[in-house]
Amino acid sequence: MEVAIASGKGGTGKTTVALRRPSIEGSTPVEVMVPKIDPDRCVGCGACARFCRFHALACVKDGVLLFPELCHGCGGCSLVCPESAIAEVPRTVGVVERGRSGSLGFIQGRLMIGEASATPVVRAIKRGLPNDGIVVLDAPPGTSCPVLETLTGVDHLILITEPTPFGLNDLALAVEAARALELPTSVIVNRSDVGDGRVVEYCAREGLDIWLEIPNDRAVAEAYARGVLPAEAVDGYRDGVARVAERLLRARSESVAG
Amino acid sequence: MKAAVTATGGDVSSEVDPRFGRARWFLIVDTESDAVVAIDNSVGVEAGHGAGVASAQTVIDQGVSCVLTGHCGPKAFRALEAAGIDVLLGVSGSVSSAIERWRKGEFKAASAAASPRRPNEDKEREDA
Repeated sequence: MEVAIASGKGGTGKTTVALRRPSIEGSTPVEVMVPKIDPDRCVGCGACARFCRFHALACVKDGVLLFPELCHGCGGCSLVCPESAIAEVPRTVGVVERGRSGSLGFIQGRLMIGEASATPVVRAIKRGLPNDGIVVLDAPPGTSCPVLETLTGVDHLILITEPTPFGLNDLALAVEAARALELPTSVIVNRSDVGDGRVVEYCAREGLDIWLEIPNDRAVAEAYARGVLPAEAVDGYRDGVARVAERLLRARSESVAG
Repeated sequence: MKAAVTATGGDVSSEVDPRFGRARWFLIVDTESDAVVAIDNSVGVEAGHGAGVASAQTVIDQGVSCVLTGHCGPKAFRALEAAGIDVLLGVSGSVSSAIERWRKGEFKAASAAASPRRPNEDKEREDA
């Protein structure tokens, strides 16, 4: 079972809910394919640059310039080149690191500094996920490509939000994305005792179950700063996490039965 | 000799658009005939990423030898530089006055060193 933890807004508490600090045991590079242009064969016709919708190629007087960070690795340029002057070569854009925290396995992706697209790293992580057990995916914020790549195909989505105008605005965007992907979705409201009641009203109106409300508690921040899981340090937190786990398992058995 | 001026509108009375990659219009000025051709840059304005490269390709295809604009990003600068096009930065005011000042030789072409770079770029250029 795969469960994604996402949010519209950044800083709402996705990672706090999703994981604990692991030790890293090994890493593999993430590679994407980018064009390599043979200057002896290239006649500067510009077919590749006109084809590339991501503007990763420019045709200038001395031939073709490549901007690898814009390349999405589709390989179309090498197909349209009439001189067969374009080959595809791997380029490292990040790493996937694996580790453990107690009995839990842990996988994280890191994008190299200066890279524009995290999607290939997310894809590499998802290819290496175990098929059994419960996998929790801690998504990036927002509703951009890396988020959609994370969410596609998960069994359940939990959106973390906070009861502020920003939280609500971005929650609504994330809910739209979830609906486009047809994901069963529920909500956790973090810092539930600050702000106003509009997130709760929105969820009621949209038929979204609120699975947990986490009050704003200094002890959570103190535990987090010491690198301790809130569930291990804060009264009542563990019960809340257990309730979420229970509802997830129930949702899964209902979806299997239904 | 032809120059491209970034513009907020489609004629020389409009203001110079301060951005190169996402400039609304390019006005291509021919110094021999005094002809001005307006090119709609919706490709650059609407590009998610790569607006600078797309816009550079547009003016390269027009055969200009210099670009007058406010600011130009590193990718566009690299493409324009490779095409042998001078990039004149910090230009503002109306397009017609910018052309006037350019004809008097008031602007100097920016050097590559004046252009901002990304952290990995120099390494990538060595690798390439």
